Amino acid sequence: MYNEKVMDVFKNPKNVGEIENADGVGTVGNASCGDIMQISLKIENDVIVDAKFKTFGCAAAIATSSTATEMIKGMTIKEALEVTNKKVVECLGGLPAQKIHCSVLAEEAIKKAIDDYLAKKNA
Amino acid sequence: MERQIYFDHAATTPLCKEALDKMLPYFTDVFGNPNSQHAFGRESVKAVDEARDIIAKIINAKPNEVYFTSGGTEGDNWALRGVAHAYKDKGNHIIISPIEHAAMLSTAKALAKEGFKISYMKVDNEGVVDLDHLRSIAKEGTIFIGCMMANNEVGTIEPIKEIAKIAKDCGAVSFTDAVQAAGVLKIDVKELGVDLMSMSAHKIYGPKGVGALYIRNGVKVQSILTGGHQERMKRGGTTNVAGIVGFAEAFKIADRDLEKNFNYVSGLRDRFIDRVLAEVPFVKLNGPRENRLPANADFSFEFIEGESILFSLDLAGIAVSSGSACSSGSLEPSHVLLALGLPEALAHGSIRFSFGKHNTIEEVDYAVEKIKEAVQKLREMSPLFKAEGEIKYV
Repeated sequence: MYNEKVMDVFKNPKNVGEIENADGVGTVGNASCGDIMQISLKIENDVIVDAKFKTFGCAAAIATSSTATEMIKGMTIKEALEVTNKKVVECLGGLPAQKIHCSVLAEEAIKKAIDDYLAKKNA
Repeated sequence: MERQIYFDHAATTPLCKEALDKMLPYFTDVFGNPNSQHAFGRESVKAVDEARDIIAKIINAKPNEVYFTSGGTEGDNWALRGVAHAYKDKGNHIIISPIEHAAMLSTAKALAKEGFKISYMKVDNEGVVDLDHLRSIAKEGTIFIGCMMANNEVGTIEPIKEIAKIAKDCGAVSFTDAVQAAGVLKIDVKELGVDLMSMSAHKIYGPKGVGALYIRNGVKVQSILTGGHQERMKRGGTTNVAGIVGFAEAFKIADRDLEKNFNYVSGLRDRFIDRVLAEVPFVKLNGPRENRLPANADFSFEFIEGESILFSLDLAGIAVSSGSACSSGSLEPSHVLLALGLPEALAHGSIRFSFGKHNTIEEVDYAVEKIKEAVQKLREMSPLFKAEGEIKYV
């Protein structure tokens, strides 16, 4: 059901962990649904210099977390806010239909982490 | 290439050599339709009759009480739908357990739309049916009481004799789905007192696509596959001669070796359960420790999700199944684990291991090491799990 690329990323995910003193953290999903995704960001001058994730979820959730964090590293927050779940799925070479919601979680987690950063910055 | 280990025998088993050898001539040389009157047909009839005799003898039924089907799903459908429709003048109340196979649950839902009232038995946190509760809901107008003999997911063995007695006392037809139990536990339908029992071949080293429904003489079951004269006018469709021959042979061998296999496989399971409980932290065994199928071990691993465990083990060459929503394609985790009262997060983290007669202790030990690695790796990725000197439950 998963393509090789997805299994590959699942097997060797990048950016696993939590950034200490992160500038923005976003957690989405809940345990009863079977998916929780947490993305933490290090941001300098509105550029994402580091991104890490922790995910409770299926292979697709882990693969999309890894890919999404890879994609946004080096992006400005404006660019990162334009990363859609569709782009994450494309980067993985496609996901089974029932797994698309995992990629939506990744998009939401990025947005939430950036919102957190902006809220802190403007506080 | 990594080694391949198969721990999913509750899903299906490989066909045994003896059954294959018995089946082969019936694909080519002995191909007659048992419904044909000529010699070719008669030869096939003989093979099917012999198979029926073998199966009837194993379960202590009469040969004319054994009806061949396409497998467990058809048997469950036929029993429930067939009894509901045959006895609808007598009542419209049906009782089943909440941990039945989807073949039962989906059929019950379809019958509810036709106006039948469906009640569910209560099960305790190990999946055992609460007999007092069942007695309290069984009443006049209850036409069907059905419960699986052993659960496919958590392995719980149910008190079928007592359930059948409760059914008899209230005038209902009793049914048991013995798909996981037939060929694994000794079954005597007369002693159990059940009216109907479904069985499947491919769980006991027989071929896929064949099974049987035991229908006690005198019990009315309306046909669901209406057609020709096959199975004494009760089940249409050209007889699956090779499949039936293979089923009987596999069942005969399973019955012959029942005790030996039970002891061997439950030995593997016990070693596996003991090691996992001792060596993997934050793990829960689902279902009873003792009163369970010899081949079954079902665990919930805290803080992580079942499908990701399944694929981690798959990458290590170990085949298992999961009760997580993600692996079934639905949004809900296993209905069985929820019925046992597990929180959803734990139900999402469940993995079923089901052993077979070809597995070895060495495979079990190898798997335990791989499980420890996979669980540790996934926990390190989980936001629910924090290992900072001490483990905190968040």
